[in-house]
Parts: sequence; structure tokens; C-alpha cells
Amino acid sequence: MNPTVRKFDAVIVGAGGAGLRAAIQLSESGFKTAVITKVFPTRSHTVAAQGGVAASLGNSEEDNWHWHMYDTVKGSDWLGDQDAIEFMCKKANECVIELEHYGMPFDRLDNGRIYQRPFGGHMSNFGEKPVRRSCAAADRTGHAMLHAMYQRNVKANTQFFVEWMALDLVRDAEGEVLGVTAMDMETGEIVVFHAKATIFATGGAGRIYYSSTNAFINTGDGLGIAARAGIPLEDMEFWQFHPTGVAGAGVLITEGVRGEGGILRNAQGERFMERYAPNAKDLASRDVVSRAMTTEINEGRGCGPNKDFVLLDITHLDPATIMKRLPGIREIAIQFAGVDCIKEPIPVVPTCHYQMGGIPTNYNGQVVIPGKRSQNEIVPGFYAAGECACASVHGANRLGTNSLLDLLVFGKSAGETAVETLKLSPKAHKDLPQSEIDRALARVDRLNSQKDGANVHETRLAMQRTMQKHAGVFRFADLLKEGVEKILEVQKDVQRTEIKDKSKVFNTARIEALELDNLIEVAVSTMISAEARKESRGAHVRNDCPDTAECPDGRDDKNWLKHSLWYKEGNRLDYKSVKLTPLTVETIALKKRAY
Amino acid sequence: MTTRTLQFKIYRYDPDKDQKPYMQDISVEVDSTDRKLLDALVKLKAVDDAISFRRSCREGVCGSDALNINGKNGLACLTDLNTFPEGKPIVLRPLPGLPVIRDLIVDMTQFFKQYHSIKPYLINNDPPPERERLQSPEDREELNGLYECILCACCSTACPSFWWNPDKFVGPAGLLAAYRFIADTRDQATSERLDNLEDPYRLFRCHTIMNCVDVCPKGLNPTLAIGKIKAMMVKRAI
Repeated sequence: MNPTVRKFDAVIVGAGGAGLRAAIQLSESGFKTAVITKVFPTRSHTVAAQGGVAASLGNSEEDNWHWHMYDTVKGSDWLGDQDAIEFMCKKANECVIELEHYGMPFDRLDNGRIYQRPFGGHMSNFGEKPVRRSCAAADRTGHAMLHAMYQRNVKANTQFFVEWMALDLVRDAEGEVLGVTAMDMETGEIVVFHAKATIFATGGAGRIYYSSTNAFINTGDGLGIAARAGIPLEDMEFWQFHPTGVAGAGVLITEGVRGEGGILRNAQGERFMERYAPNAKDLASRDVVSRAMTTEINEGRGCGPNKDFVLLDITHLDPATIMKRLPGIREIAIQFAGVDCIKEPIPVVPTCHYQMGGIPTNYNGQVVIPGKRSQNEIVPGFYAAGECACASVHGANRLGTNSLLDLLVFGKSAGETAVETLKLSPKAHKDLPQSEIDRALARVDRLNSQKDGANVHETRLAMQRTMQKHAGVFRFADLLKEGVEKILEVQKDVQRTEIKDKSKVFNTARIEALELDNLIEVAVSTMISAEARKESRGAHVRNDCPDTAECPDGRDDKNWLKHSLWYKEGNRLDYKSVKLTPLTVETIALKKRAY
Repeated sequence: MTTRTLQFKIYRYDPDKDQKPYMQDISVEVDSTDRKLLDALVKLKAVDDAISFRRSCREGVCGSDALNINGKNGLACLTDLNTFPEGKPIVLRPLPGLPVIRDLIVDMTQFFKQYHSIKPYLINNDPPPERERLQSPEDREELNGLYECILCACCSTACPSFWWNPDKFVGPAGLLAAYRFIADTRDQATSERLDNLEDPYRLFRCHTIMNCVDVCPKGLNPTLAIGKIKAMMVKRAI
């Protein structure tokens, strides 16, 4: 039986920050828009962002977008596209001010302006000293932002399909995207969302790792769907390990803690970051801090009975400051670490947090893939923004607070581009190819009829343990090689997962199995891209690519200053050049990265 | 690693096959890394994949996993396993007062309808300035205890007035949100917002039973916010 078809001008998949920002643009422009989301919008993972959103408002001290751009390029270890980075840093102020106008409850300075705090890697005067650039609502910035954007969508009458899961893209023979198939989780019904513009804002996939700050829902659905439809995934080897996840629990402790004066200490009580980053110290960029912590632990200076964590110390701060600026962190420390951080330091370890790579896009939010004419040909009808997309503004390492900025700027930009394109597009929808609808149905049918298959829970665990062991903070040539074999073995199990529960109504076992189909694409692309990249850059650091005169810190610009592109079909890798030319300013020239 | 067995009584209902709901006795082995009730539920689901519940962030900010736990509403991810008395089964039911879709999953339509009814967005009809609208730190502090709501529905579904009139009484979560905008110096619709609540049911069905305060996992106080709205109503009436 063929599924019902519903027609919209635009369909947005995901209702986190990027999806909601794009939806505001489309709804306020009057286009008929559907937003499909697995969870009620305010439950999306943007809600968990804590420390702030970057914008060079200069409310506390001098700042400008040129410095922000420099920091972002340097943070990316020069893998970020400088046109997209200029675009983002320039648009930051406008996007943050818009949020304030939507009603976001930012903290305030005495003069009534938005409160800003320092954050890792954000410096004034081209890397000189830390600058207050992170616009914050206490340590609940993501929560305040997501609710404000949801509320703006309520005002704009956006049509949400809550607790619907996208299944697969519909692409015609010319490669144009004509919408998605999706499942209503409450009834199990499958519907085709037929649209002239399809915007993916599906967030991250941190659940490929065993230990992650990410929510259960962060299963890389957009990436899996895109990969199955022949779209390559860009720079998937670059995963950010956040320095401060609560040891054991994985729950995030914002970098804003260090922005407010928090210090990392090893078992000897030493402020070890002084040795690794003499200038920025605890506010060096995340990849640098995570590696320093891992080195301390590996060299026996970790804390606790197993010497397997370090301490984040804010006991020297005024308790009033903690209660005002970091109230949520205190709650988390009490709940998940069993310590009151006013009196005791918090045990922390580097924890998988963010994917720098994703669906390749340009800075207009359009998905681009290599074609006959160029390396960046637009896929008609297809857009992506936020963590699922790779614009690429984060390159090999993202700066803290640039993720909330990314989802604002590129959510808006994708929405604007879609609006402009829709204005010019013909009235009628193109015909839907039956084969594409069948493709989604076949995947669900396979799952429903599988016998003697693999257990979803165990298979997911095998994937997570493999990723954790073989593609962690430090990477080893032999472990990566073995990791590729292992993850391809796990993939075979994913292709034969079985669920015992075959019911229709709110079948979360089926949803988890379908999510695993997406996770595995992300895991495989990560391992294969990482194994192939024979250099150390940003978050990807290999033991066989050490610091040499030719390759400082193991970074090999001669051979590896390029973006990886992984194709699902045949696990093929391709590469494309990094855009080193910004829009209006001069290139930020390559140099060795030091904090 | 030390393990122990937890006993549960869980509300089960699958409309595909069950004539009516029933309480299932089930146990699961947990280890020392399982700190919260949600950890135990995830383990249970690995044993019986049909057990259905919502969950996402597992750190108390998304509001997905609100349940009725041993008779009291709370979030599974913030409920410590050590707080349960030993030797007694942990009784889990869906949030009371809302229709059950399946097992521990309730239909929250009515809850969100009430939230939406208070116009939960900033209303300011002046043309937006080029920069931020200014707000003093003191004025901003008025929003503390209000904006942090995670819409988990623990409060509204613990409120007898909401059980009785879910279609007419806004409920604690919605009223907390209403006051969040009334209290915001940037919002210009206070009078309109008060008009919207001027009704025998929408606001005044709150009889300060304070169950909402008792169960809020974020430590918020909807009763206090409701009291402030009531005071504003009285003030403008005289």
C-alpha cells in the first residue's frame, strides 16, 4: 500500500536551534512549512547548551568580527572555509540581537546590555588575550535560546509534526530533493512529505561513542539519511571531545566555568594547563585542553582511586558568583558527581561532544557535492544547517559558543535561501519517483520481518565501544586500521537487527533500530575518514604524525589541507579543497597554532 | 563491579493488544555505574524492548522523562536509585490526569494547549531597535525562577484543579509562563495577558494546594507566580 502524500512548500527536519531558526524565516514569509521532529521542540538537544553564544558585541570591552574570524580560523586549525567563517562572524551580532528581540532572557550588565563572558580560544587583537565574547543567560543559554525560538514559532503559527521520525530522502533521477518520508511515532503510519525545499537540521550524532555529553536522540538521522541518498559526508574524522564531562556520567560542564575563573588541576593540585598553553591556560581551545588532560591521566597524574579523571576547581570563586552565573552547574555537580562545587572540585574527563563534519553546504545553507562542473555543485531543493551540516566553519576543531552561533546564522541563512528560491520556483510540485518511496518502506519492512537477527541494544553497544576505543582523543595508526575492520563487522549486524516488539503504537524499539541505521553510517564514515587522514590537525591527532619541522604539530598542509568526503557506496573517499579566500578581507595565512 | 537487583511494578498498556492497562512485576540487575532511575529503565528496555517511555537529555533539562514514581511526579533522570527504600518494588506509572498513549507515555496535547493559550511569546509592538532592548540586572532577575521551566508537566499533572478541569484551568506550568512574560520589562501586553486570565477557571481554579511546588524538578514555584498574577488582578480591579 502506498503511503499518504502531504504537500508543503518546505519541510524542515529537526526542531532544535537550526530548525526553529529556519522555520521562523519560512513561516514569517508565508510559505506553507512543515517541521518534523522526533521530540517536542523544546526537548531538542540545543536545550542542553550552557555557556553562551559568540558575538563580538563588545559590551564589556573592545571587540570586532575580524578578531572573532581570526580566532575561528585558528581554532579550526585552518581547515575551516574562510568565506563561511567571515559570513558567520559578521552576522553574529545581528542574529544575537534578533534573539534578544524575540524575548531571550540574556543576563545583563549594569548598563542594561547583554552580559558577555570569556570562553576558550576567543581572544582580542588576533590572539593576544582572552576577550568577553560569549553572550550568556546564566549557564542555561541553550535552554533560554531554544524556548525563545520555539515561542517565536508559536507566534508565527509554524506547523509542527511532533514525534515524527524522518526515514529517507526522496531524490529524483536528476538528483533534486523532493522531500522526505517520515513515520508518525504515535501510530506507526508512514507519510511522504512532498516539498520544494527540504531543510535538514537534525543535529549531531554523539551517540556513536560510548561516553558522550549528547542526548539519546542525537543519532545522526540527517547524516544517515543523506548518506543513503548518495550525498557524501564531509570531514567526519573530526569529533570534539569536550574537556569537562562529569567523570562516569558524561554530563556536560560548561567551559563557561573556566570562563568565570575555574581551574583544572591534576592529582598534585597543579594547574597543569600553564605548561600546555602558557598564554590562554585553562581557556585554550578544546582540543588542546582535552589532550592535555588525557596526557596528565596517561602519565599517572590523574585523580581518584583509578587515577582516571582530573578536577575542575571553582572553590576559590565567590559562592554568590557561582549561584548567579553557574546555578545549573551546581545542580549538575550535586546530581551527577555528588559534590557541591562551592566546596569541592568536580571530577571531569574529556567526553565526546560535537561533530565538526557533516552534510556539505555552502554559507547559504545549500547542500553542495562534487559534480561535473565543480567541487561544490548545489543539490537542488536540499539545505542543511546546524550540527548536521558542514559549512565548514569549525574545520578541525570548534570553538566553544560557535555552535549556537552556527545554528542561528546558518539556520537563518538556509531559511532565507529557501524563501528566495521558493519565490522563483514553479507552482506545481515535481512528480515523486515511486522507487524512492519504496526505498524507505523496504527498510522498515526489513526490520519488521527480520528473524534470528541481531539485538539492537547489543549492536549499538558494540558500535559505541569500538568508536570509543579506536577513534578517541588520541588516535593510533594500528587501532584505526583495526577499527575500520571492526566497525564494518558491526555494520553487518546493523543490517540484520531484529525487534521483538512489532506493535504499531509508539513503538520505541522500532525507532531505536531505525536510529541505529543512521548512527552506523556516521560511525563508519568517521572511522574510515580518520584512518585515511595521515596527519594531525585540530581534534584529529595521530601517534604516527608527530611534530616535525616540515609538519609542525604533525599538521601536513602540503598533502592534507583539504576536506574529506566519504560516500556510503563502496566506502569511497574523495577530497575537496579548503576555501582559503574570505568574502571581503584578506586570507588568514597558515601558521603554527599555539595558545 | 557490584550489582544488585531492583524490583519494579510498572504500568503497562499497549492499545494494539491490551484490553486494559495492568501493573507488571519485573526486575532488573543494575551496577554501580547506574545512578539514576533512567539508567535502570534503559537496562529494563534492553531486557524487554516493548517497555515504552520518553527520554532524551538524561540531565534534567529537556523535560521528556517525567513519570509518577512511587506516587509522586518527578524526572527519571534526576531520581537517584539510592533514594528508594530497599526491599520494596519501585512503582512507576504515567503522569496522572492525561490520557495514556502507551505504557509510561501520556498524550500531552491538553497540557501544551494550555501553555499555548497564554501567548507564550514576547509582545512588544515598538519597532525593534538596532541593538538590544536594555534591561537592568534587577529587572532581569525578576525572570529567575520563571524562565527555567522545562515543560515536563510534573506540576500540572500533580494538580487536582488541573485533573478536574484540564480544558478550562491553565494549570501551574502555563500560569508560570504567563507570569514570565508579565514580569518581563520588555513585554507590553500585561493588560491583555491579565484579560486573558480573567475568568472563573483559567487562573482562579488554583486553590494554592501547592502540589506543583512540591514536585517541580527544577525547584520552581508556580504557586508564587500565580499569587502575583492574582494580586495584579485585584490591584487593577480597585
